[in-house]
Order: sequence, then C-alpha cells, then structure tokens
Amino acid sequence: MLKTRTAPEADGDGYVPSARRIERERFRRTRARRATAVAALSTLVTGAVLFLVITRSPGWPRTRETFFSPEYARMALPKVLDGLLLNLRLLVVCGAAVLVLGLLLAVARTLRGPVFFPLRALAAAYTDFFRGLPLIICLLMVVFGVPALRLQGVTTDPVLLGGTALVLTYSAYVAEVFRAGIESVHPSQRAAARSLGLSGGQALRFVVLPQAVRRVVPPLLNDLVSLQKDTGLVSIAGAVDAVYAAQIIAGKDFNFTPYVVAGLVFVALTIPMTRCTDWITARMDRRRAQGGLV
Amino acid sequence: MSTTDDTPRPAAETAGPAAPGGRPVLRLESVRKTYGRGTVVLRDVDLEVPPHTVTALIGASGSGKSTLLRCANLLEEIDDGAIFLDGEEITDPRADVDAVRRRIGVVFQAYNLFPHMTVLDNITLAPRRVHGMPRAEAEERARELLERLGLGGRAGEYPDRLSGGQQQRVAIVRALAGRPRLLLLDEITAALDPELVGEVLEVVRELKTDGMTMVIATHEMGFAREVADQVCFLDGGVVLERGTSEQVFGAPRHDRTRQFLQRIIRAGRL
Repeated sequence: MLKTRTAPEADGDGYVPSARRIERERFRRTRARRATAVAALSTLVTGAVLFLVITRSPGWPRTRETFFSPEYARMALPKVLDGLLLNLRLLVVCGAAVLVLGLLLAVARTLRGPVFFPLRALAAAYTDFFRGLPLIICLLMVVFGVPALRLQGVTTDPVLLGGTALVLTYSAYVAEVFRAGIESVHPSQRAAARSLGLSGGQALRFVVLPQAVRRVVPPLLNDLVSLQKDTGLVSIAGAVDAVYAAQIIAGKDFNFTPYVVAGLVFVALTIPMTRCTDWITARMDRRRAQGGLV
Repeated sequence: MSTTDDTPRPAAETAGPAAPGGRPVLRLESVRKTYGRGTVVLRDVDLEVPPHTVTALIGASGSGKSTLLRCANLLEEIDDGAIFLDGEEITDPRADVDAVRRRIGVVFQAYNLFPHMTVLDNITLAPRRVHGMPRAEAEERARELLERLGLGGRAGEYPDRLSGGQQQRVAIVRALAGRPRLLLLDEITAALDPELVGEVLEVVRELKTDGMTMVIATHEMGFAREVADQVCFLDGGVVLERGTSEQVFGAPRHDRTRQFLQRIIRAGRL
C-alpha cells in the first residue's frame, strides 16, 4: 500500500503544504482504502465459495474421514515426528555435502586454459548426467544397485546410500546455480583483481566467489528447500523417515490422514526456512547499501 | 605522495622524453595486437617511457589506447613484438605474470572497485594477500593515503555510497597501495560527470609532482597538454606521432594529428 504522509508540519523552514498536495494525498488515501476493501471482500467470497463447494460435495463425509481424521492424526503425529528427525539429519549432512561438491564442480567448469580441459569436461559431463537423471531412478540405482555389487567394505545402509543419491543429483543442480553466479560477476572485476597482482586463484577466492555466492543465495535456498522435501524419497529404500512412518500407519486401515500430517509437517518446516533466507538476503542488502558497519 | 622508486628523483628530470632519464621504465618494441581474425588493434607500436615522466596517449575512440595499456599490464596477450619493464622482457611466456602486475598499478575507466568490500578492504586486499603485509600496517598505510586524497572519513563505506569522483580516487589509492613502479591510467575521467573531473585530475597532477611514472590514455586534451612530458598520437593502431607536449599540440607534424586536434578544438575541448 502506498505510504501517505499526513500533512507534514513545517520542516523548520516555514514550508506549508499547498492545497494541491493536500488534495493529492486525500485522493491517494481514498484509493488505498478502496483497494483494501475490494481485496478483503474478494478473499472472503472466494473462501466461502471453496468451503461450500467442498463441504457440499457428495463425497465429503467419506473424504473427511479418510484424509482429515483427528484420531488418526493424533496417532500418527508422534511417529511422523520421530521419522522427521531422520529427514532433518539427512538435510543437514546432504545440504553441506551438496554445497561443497556443487561449488567445486562450478569452479571446475569455469576454469580457463587448455590445461584444465579434462577437468572442465568431466564437470560438465557430471552436471549434464545427474541433472537429467530423474532423482527417483538415481535413488533406485544407488540404493539397490550398489549393495548388489557386494563390494567389500561398501555400506549397504539405505540411509547412507539414499543420502549419496541425493547428493549426486542435487550437487549437479547447485553447481549450475553457482556457475551462473560466477559468470554473472563482470569480467572487469577479475581484471581489476589481476591488475593488482592477485593470482587467478586469489582473484576467484577474494573477488569473484564472494560476489557470486551473494547473488545466488535465494536460488540456492530454493534448492535446499527442495532437497528437504526430497529427503522423503529415501523411504523407498526402506529407511523409516517421516513419509515412511506415515505410510506404515496409512497402510494398516487405508486411512490417508498420516500422509496429510506428514505433508503439513514438511510445509511447517520449509516456511521458517524461507523466512530465514529472506531475512539473510535483506540483511546482506542492507549492509551493502548502508556501509560503514565494518 | 611517496612512491617507492629505487632511485631518488633528480629534480630536473621531468623535462621530457628527450631528456636522458636513464633506462626507460616501460618500453614497447614493434608491438602487434589483433582481435579475432584480422582486426589489427596495434600495429608495430614503439614507445619508451622514461622514469618520472608522464606519457599521454591521445587519439580517437578505437585507436588502440586502452588496448595498449591492457597489453602493458599483460591483461591482453600481444601477437608480436616485446614489452619491457625496467629492461626486463615481460611478454616472455616464462615471465611471472603476477609478479609483473605487482609492479604496475592500473586505474580503469569504470573504477572497477570491488562492490562487496569496504573502501579500506578494497585498498588493503592486494598489500595483504599479494605482498603479505600485516593487516594493521596495510590499513595504516591505506588510511594515510586516503587522508591525503581527502577521503579520510570514507574508509568504512562501501563503494556504491561514494560519488564517481570519490570512487575513482579510491581506485587510484588502491593502485598506489602496492607501491607500483608504473601507473597506467585508462581514461579515468571518461565516466565522470564534468564537475567531478577536476578532483581526479588534481590527484594525477600531485602524483606527477611526486615523480610517479605514468601512462595516461585520455580524451582530456587540455590536461594532456599540461601534464604530459611525452604525447603519443594513435590512429588506427599506429603511433602516428610522438613528441613533447609542445611539439604535438603546438606544431603537429602529421595531417591526421592536425585534423584530430582541430576536431577537438571545434568541439571546444582544448
């Protein structure tokens, strides 16, 4: 909404708002009030229509019982929360691994000079492959394929293997995000750094990467939120996470309420994360714009 | 401003390029540079910059002034010829590029300050990371230089809070912080509002008085005439005319130089 200042007192210099200004501000206030009223009314109407359509539908009583049963919800919640711990652990460990691997891949792809051709080509092939491969297929291959090899000393733990699959896929995505950031830093910045005598590596570390990372924080967090949801997919390997816990209960009586509970828990988890990233981004912008906070 | 030349500056040495000022700080020998296929930007360029002198590169846009500076700092690879810094060939592929750049300061047209760092961090980055100077010492020196250029209160600001003229002066301080042997200034006032040009040129005048060796690509003809010991007129990548400021501006030998200067006079810039 438009911020309208009410007639400002004289700023100490004897300024008196003109009739024109007063008229303009009155008009803006009226317009803002009208817009708010329209928005509130249309929201109410939409909500009411949706509510009526859903509750009046012929299947509503059955649906409510199957998807929104309070008893099942009460029963499922503790188990789902237990399972959620696994999702959180996976998120933290995989998230860290994804960021490190993604950054390494991105740097490898942006290296110049013929010496680095093999490295560049390898990184490009990796991102092309794992970005194209559906996550669920990657998971199945790793979780069931690796144990089938019966290699000595290689884990068969579904959580570890599932986490590995997540890292493989997500680092490819994150590498592309980092690469976009690195390439968005103007070449003149690198030229300025090199002209000061910084080596290529130093220019990357002190000048290019700090700017690149700052620019890609919002899309990076987008990928992390997405990763958080996809930790639920390790349930296909048989690890008891929030989704699998819900599935166990739902499977008993064909009541789907536990799924709804698990879904809401995930949503509840992503919201603070998104707010947190908004806050971080805003703080970064503020610091840069204000300066003087050394 | 103190520059760290190995040799103390004899007072009368800034007479002009003709004055035997010892071994040239920078020397270009038949330098050729092309972009892509067949676009010749520099053709057979020879140039000598004696110590403690100012060389102005003048010429229309696209005549090769900026490219010459970028080549001298090894930001561009030359196709043929050689460039010498203090008698040592720096275009030799075996030369340590970073070590060469440490001895040359560059100020760019668009300032190119690092936007994510404060003024102070911009200036101390190279002394700390490249020259291994302790933070306290680097910062003290940076503050001293900022103070001298009238930017004392700005050390903690981020570049985007400064005016163009202030940013360009910070860029000059940043280039000086590494105690360079030679300073390359690439159209440093071209991006500035007219009323800010003066403060930046004043800094260059001061540097000249301190005996800094400089090569300046510029469109400010009045300034070039006043400050340069040697003027070099580039046209289509060729050095058409080279001489003292009085000679090139007062009695240009070449038709193209005359035409170029007349265009500028007609535009009221000289």
